[in-house]
Amino acid sequence: MSIMQYNGGSVIAMVGKDCVAIASDLRLGSQALGISSNFQRVFPITDRIYLGLPGLATDVTTLRERFRLRVNMYTIKEEREIEPEAFAHLVSSTLYEHRFGPYFIEPVIAGLSKTPTGGIKPFIAATDLIGCINFAKDFVVAGTASAKLFGVAEGLWEPDMEAEDLFETISQTLLNAVDRDAFSGWGAVVHVITKDKVITRKLKARMD
Amino acid sequence: MAQPSVYRSAGFDFSNQIRNNFLAEKGLPLPKATSTGTTIVGCLFKDGIVLGADTRATEGDIVADKNCEKIHYITESIRCCGAGTAADTEFTTALISSNMELHSLQGGRKPRVVTAMTMLKQMLFRYQGQIGAALVLGGVDSTGPHLFTIHPHGSTDKLPYVTMGSGSLAAMAVFEDGWKANMERQEALDLIIAAISAGIFNDLGSGSNVDACIITADHTEMLRNIEMPNQRVQKERDYKFRRGTTAWTKEDVRKLIVEEQITTLTTGDEMDTS
Amino acid sequence: MPDTLSLSQSQPQQHAFNPYTENGGTILAIAGADFSVIAGDTRQSEGYNIQTRYAPKVFRLTDKAVLAVNGFAADGNMFVKKVRQRLEWYRHAHAKDMPIRAIARLIQTMLYSRRFFPYYVYNILGGIEEDGTGAVYSFDPVGSYEREACRAAGAAQSLVQPFLDNQIYFKNQTPAPGTSFPRHLPLSTVLSLVIDSFTSATERHIEVGDGLEIYVVLAKNSPSIQGLRDVRGVSELTSTDDGERVFVVRRELKKD
Repeated sequence: MSIMQYNGGSVIAMVGKDCVAIASDLRLGSQALGISSNFQRVFPITDRIYLGLPGLATDVTTLRERFRLRVNMYTIKEEREIEPEAFAHLVSSTLYEHRFGPYFIEPVIAGLSKTPTGGIKPFIAATDLIGCINFAKDFVVAGTASAKLFGVAEGLWEPDMEAEDLFETISQTLLNAVDRDAFSGWGAVVHVITKDKVITRKLKARMD
Repeated sequence: MAQPSVYRSAGFDFSNQIRNNFLAEKGLPLPKATSTGTTIVGCLFKDGIVLGADTRATEGDIVADKNCEKIHYITESIRCCGAGTAADTEFTTALISSNMELHSLQGGRKPRVVTAMTMLKQMLFRYQGQIGAALVLGGVDSTGPHLFTIHPHGSTDKLPYVTMGSGSLAAMAVFEDGWKANMERQEALDLIIAAISAGIFNDLGSGSNVDACIITADHTEMLRNIEMPNQRVQKERDYKFRRGTTAWTKEDVRKLIVEEQITTLTTGDEMDTS
Repeated sequence: MPDTLSLSQSQPQQHAFNPYTENGGTILAIAGADFSVIAGDTRQSEGYNIQTRYAPKVFRLTDKAVLAVNGFAADGNMFVKKVRQRLEWYRHAHAKDMPIRAIARLIQTMLYSRRFFPYYVYNILGGIEEDGTGAVYSFDPVGSYEREACRAAGAAQSLVQPFLDNQIYFKNQTPAPGTSFPRHLPLSTVLSLVIDSFTSATERHIEVGDGLEIYVVLAKNSPSIQGLRDVRGVSELTSTDDGERVFVVRRELKKD
C-alpha cells in the first residue's frame, strides 16, 4: 500500500449551469482501521472558492494552513480577493516547490470566477501530488476512490445542470463510488456554490 | 525549521524529504508522480517547423484529462512539446520560457532556438534525469528553422523529423514512410496529423485530439484541436435524477448577498445639511 | 558503495518465467426477469499495445447459456474450449443441454481443479434458469461463485460496477413518495445501460474500446423480445426452434 491510501478519502467537483459543486467523504482511517467519521477535507478559501484535499491527513492539515497563509498574503498585497484561476496556480506552484519530497495530497478546486463583463463563470481544477493542473470542463476527481468516481461521473454527468440537479448528481456519484471503496465513505458532505449562496449538506450515507 | 515561511528562497524545497524517506523505510512505498503516455512529434518543412501532439493525460490506465495541452509556449517563434512526468514538462518549459524572455530583453535581440535548447539541457542534466521531461523543441530564429529532441538526462538530437513519448514508434513509422525534404506547409501539416493520429489510435497511452503548431519566420500559428476524431457519442439514456433522490441530514446555507432593510427613523424635519 | 559491489558480484540472481499476461478489456452481465444480457468489449491489449481490435470475450455455450471470460486471453480461450467440450459430452450422454446452474457448478470444479496453477480469468456466466428466470453467475479465478442480478469484471470493473449499483439496484436513491423501485428492469432499459456503461468506460479507461458485443438470452416465449425490435445491429444465433433464444448486438466503440 502507498502513502496516498494510508488515511483514505476522496473528493469530486462538478460544473453546472452558473454553479459548481464539490463533495467529499468524511472518513479518516489508519489503513483498514476507521478512526473518524467526521474528518473535514474540503475547506472554504474565499466566499466563492472551495478546496478539497484528499490524501495523507497530516498534509491535509499542513497544506490547509499553508494555503490560508498564502491566500491571506495575496489578499493583503493585491488588496483584492484571489480568483480561482490564480488560486489553482498558487496550489500548483506550492506543490511543485516540493517536487523532490512532495506533500501526499491531490487537491481539487471548485469556484466561481468573475468575467470581465461582471458575470460569473464556473471553475474546477485538480492537480496531482506535484502540482500538474488538470483544467476540466465537466468534472474532476481525486482520492482513493478516483477510478470509481471517474466511472460513475462519466455515466451520470450532464451539461448545464441547475444547482439542485447538480446536487443530486454529485451526491449520487460520490455515494455510489465510495460504497465500492474500502478506504472512503463513513458519511459525506456536499457544497454547491451559486451566484448568491453556498449550500452545504451532510448526506445520509452507509456507515460500513 | 525556524525559518519564517513567508520569505522563502527560490527553487525546490527539500524539507519533506527526511519525513518521506522515514515513511518509505517504514514500508510505505512512495507514490510515482503522474506520468503521461504521449505522442509528440515535430518536422521540418520548406518554410519552418511543424509541431504536433495528442491531448490525453493518464494516471496509470485511467484517463485523467481528455483534452490537455502539450505544446508549450517558449517564445513567440519557439514552442516545445512535452512528454513524461506531466508536472515536470509544464514547469520546466514555463521556467525556460521566462528565462528566454529575460534573456532576449537583456540582449535586445530575438531569442534563438539553440539558446532554449541549451538552457533546457543544462537544467535537465543538472538534475540527473530526476526531472522526467522528454521534450521536442522547435522554432525559427535568425539562423533559420531548428528542431531538437531533449531527453530527461539532458542529451539532445538535431534532426529533420522527430517523435517522442509512448506513441513515438507509431508516429515515426508514419514519418519514415512519408517524410520528404522541402515539403509544402499543407503537406507537412497533413504528415504531422497522420503521425499523431497513428499514435492516438495505435498507442493506448495516447488519445483524443490532435494539436498542431506551425512556426515560420514571420508567423506562428497554434492549431489547437485541429482534428477531433474521438468525440463521445450521444448517451442512450438521460441520467438526471428526481429532485429529492438523495437523502441528507443537515443543511447550512451561507448567503453571499447581504440583505439589508433601510428604516427611516426620523419622521420630522430632515437634518440641515446646507 | 560496498553494498552494490557485493550485490552484483556474489549474490545469486534468480530469474523466473512468468506464464501470465493481462490482456485488458471489460465484461459485464445483467439478469432480467425472463432474460439475461452478457456483454464485453472486443479490444485485446498488452501494455500500451493493441494486439487486436476484435477478439471476442463473450461466447454462446448453449441456447440458454453464454459465458464471458476476461483476464489472460490465452487462458480464457482455452477455458471456454474445455467448458464447451464438457458440455458436448453431457449432450451425448443425456441428449439435452446442461442446465445453467449445473454449468455454473461445472465451471467451479474446473477452475478449482487448477487451484495451484489457475486459469488467470474472471468468468461471468449468463443465461436462463430451468424455471425461466434470467440468471447471472460470477466467478473468481479459482472457482468461488455466486448468483447475482448484475456484475462487471475486468480492467474497468471499478468504473462500471458502482454505476450499475446505482442504476440497477437503485443504491443510494430514495423513491418518490408513494412509489417504489422495480425489482427487474425491462430489456430496452438494460441494453441502454450496458451501452452507456461501455461508452463511459471507453472514455476513461485506456484498455477498453474498439468494439462491443452484447449477447441477449431470452426465455422461452419471452415477451421481452419486444425490447429487441428496434435495436440497431441485432442478429439471432439460436440453434433450435422451440426454447430459449440467443441474440447478439454488435456496436462500435471509440478506437483511441
